[in-house]
Amino acid sequence: MAALWPWLTLAGLGAFHGVNPAMGWLFAVAFGLHRGNHRVVLLSLLPIAIGHAIAVAIVAGAIISLGVLIDQQTVRHVAGAVLIGWAAYHAVYGHRHRVRFGMQAGMMGLGIWSFLMATAHGAGLMLVPVLIPLCLAATPAREITAAGSLPVSLAAIGVHTLAMLAVTGSIAIAVYQWLGLDFLRRGWINFDWLWTAALVAAGGWLILG
Amino acid sequence: MPTWTPDPTFYPSPRMASRAPAEHLAYVAMFDPAREKPDAIAVVDVDPDSSDYSKIVGQVDMPNTGDELHHFGWNACSSCLCPNAPHPHAERRYLIVPGLRSSRIHILDTRPDPRNPKIVKVIEPEEVADRTGYTRPHTIHCGPEGIYVNALGNPDGDAPGGIFLMDHETFDVRGRWEVERGPQQLAYDFWWHLGYDTMVTSEWGTPKTFEDGLIPEVLLGSQYGRRLHFWDLHKRCHLQEIDLGEEQQLVFELRPAHDPTKAYGFVGVVISLKDLSSSIWTWYRDGDKWAAKKVIEIPAEPADPDLLPPVLKDFKAVPPLVTDIDLSMDDRFLYVSCWGTGDMHQYDVSNPFKPELTGKVRIGGIVSRATHPGAGNGALSGGPQMVEVSRDGQRVYFTNSLYGAIDPQFYPDGIDGWMVKLDAKPQGGIAFDPDFFIEWPKGHRPHQVRLEGGDCSSDSYCYP
Repeated sequence: MAALWPWLTLAGLGAFHGVNPAMGWLFAVAFGLHRGNHRVVLLSLLPIAIGHAIAVAIVAGAIISLGVLIDQQTVRHVAGAVLIGWAAYHAVYGHRHRVRFGMQAGMMGLGIWSFLMATAHGAGLMLVPVLIPLCLAATPAREITAAGSLPVSLAAIGVHTLAMLAVTGSIAIAVYQWLGLDFLRRGWINFDWLWTAALVAAGGWLILG
Repeated sequence: MPTWTPDPTFYPSPRMASRAPAEHLAYVAMFDPAREKPDAIAVVDVDPDSSDYSKIVGQVDMPNTGDELHHFGWNACSSCLCPNAPHPHAERRYLIVPGLRSSRIHILDTRPDPRNPKIVKVIEPEEVADRTGYTRPHTIHCGPEGIYVNALGNPDGDAPGGIFLMDHETFDVRGRWEVERGPQQLAYDFWWHLGYDTMVTSEWGTPKTFEDGLIPEVLLGSQYGRRLHFWDLHKRCHLQEIDLGEEQQLVFELRPAHDPTKAYGFVGVVISLKDLSSSIWTWYRDGDKWAAKKVIEIPAEPADPDLLPPVLKDFKAVPPLVTDIDLSMDDRFLYVSCWGTGDMHQYDVSNPFKPELTGKVRIGGIVSRATHPGAGNGALSGGPQMVEVSRDGQRVYFTNSLYGAIDPQFYPDGIDGWMVKLDAKPQGGIAFDPDFFIEWPKGHRPHQVRLEGGDCSSDSYCYP
């Protein structure tokens, strides 16, 4: 059972990222409404998921590279500090990002937007507490090699992204087909606060845990 | 301050916004043309059930004199719900109030008591000029990257005028918006099509050519603005300019369709050098370019030269001087202020290329001096000018002053300020509310009106 926890956590964080309207489903719905076509909603989910996966993969890659160079405890502390710093940045400057893509963004633009949004929000960083034990403990002797870590890292990114895609896709379709956008007015809770809290919690866990 | 759930005045779509509750308060910019007393934001009670209905119930004086308050706007609005740059937990709370003459920007907090806003920050003109290279801030719009302000000139009072950004939480002036301005030099109004990632800007003139009144030689030489400019809203670069023609002078208010899937909008041109007429143009998407077409022409009215101000005597006619327009939230009715003749027109623009006149009232006017059932003093001065429409489209408010230095050119006997309200029928037709006539306190003149919770020229939307 203990071996399952990291994977469940990755999936849970995927669901958390997927629920956040700012991570993609709302953009997919808007695209569908503009083109008047539910297939556009489904199609838009793909670049959103790919952009998100790349953002997470870059963080995973950085963790593995760091793990090759320095010991795991130091990696934890460095990553924890980065997470808390990111949370502070997000809280203070999160509202003033340069907007590069709008309603005329193509599928490529949507993918880049998703990548930028996930990166800026520290979506990948939030996974670090799970990625470190998974990716840096791939062999019993803790001999960290990029080759040993690769399959498990890819699996981690895959599980996270699929969970994110499943949740974000379900919400996008439900909102487009049945719910409508009116519920946004009450139902859109402050994810920025939750997000900042999650980043701080993950950072704290890394440093103190 | 961010909140836990979205500001209840934010609506995803114009369709939903048109079902918003009726406003109880209106904020009105007022200025002293003599520049002796401070300008102010007046708070007007517009709740018909209130004992103070159609009265000024609050007033916030600016800290200086001579600002010339003109246009103003909210720090945040419905565009905060856009999917590409969401800020759903910002609050529509602060009024951004620039002085068009002083270039000073005031931030007013409308909480906790919306009848008694407080000035919480003043940005001095030097700071605006240092950070942006611009002066004479004019239109304010809340949008995807914060607060957008367009300014009509540079610190020397020359071109170019352009747009700068302000932070919607800290109100820091962040800098010039344009990355590549292309041929654009003159500025007046701006707005956008969020659905098409496109900004549109219009043209008046440089501050040197209007701050002491319109200069006849500049006007007759067609040196005031006559163009529309289209921009990539996110790349911030100029895409296209449309010259409306040599005889078209002063291209003013821009009203894009609220529905973000519609690629058209309306702009008013104040005067034609050919026959003093005013016109409304529709801009629209034509293939992969923008195009514009004249859809309404309002002719000048012949008049006895003895009744005309010196600038118009030789022409023996009153120009309509369309100086403001406003589009209802359902994109169906366009309101057109004819400040010269005293008319307020209502057009059904369901077909944006074939507007139909569906309503008309007259009040004031250079020659007609038409009165109002609620006016005590008979002949009224000034004419319909800044017009604002409620989100449900049932109420239309307007005031009668254009600009301190231009008012006496057309109304040399002076303008006594007033504000009135029209009731609009759902299928077209407008009439004065006889109980709503505000005789503006002497010494100040009213200009732009903003309605509590948003109105038809304050918010933009990302969803149809």
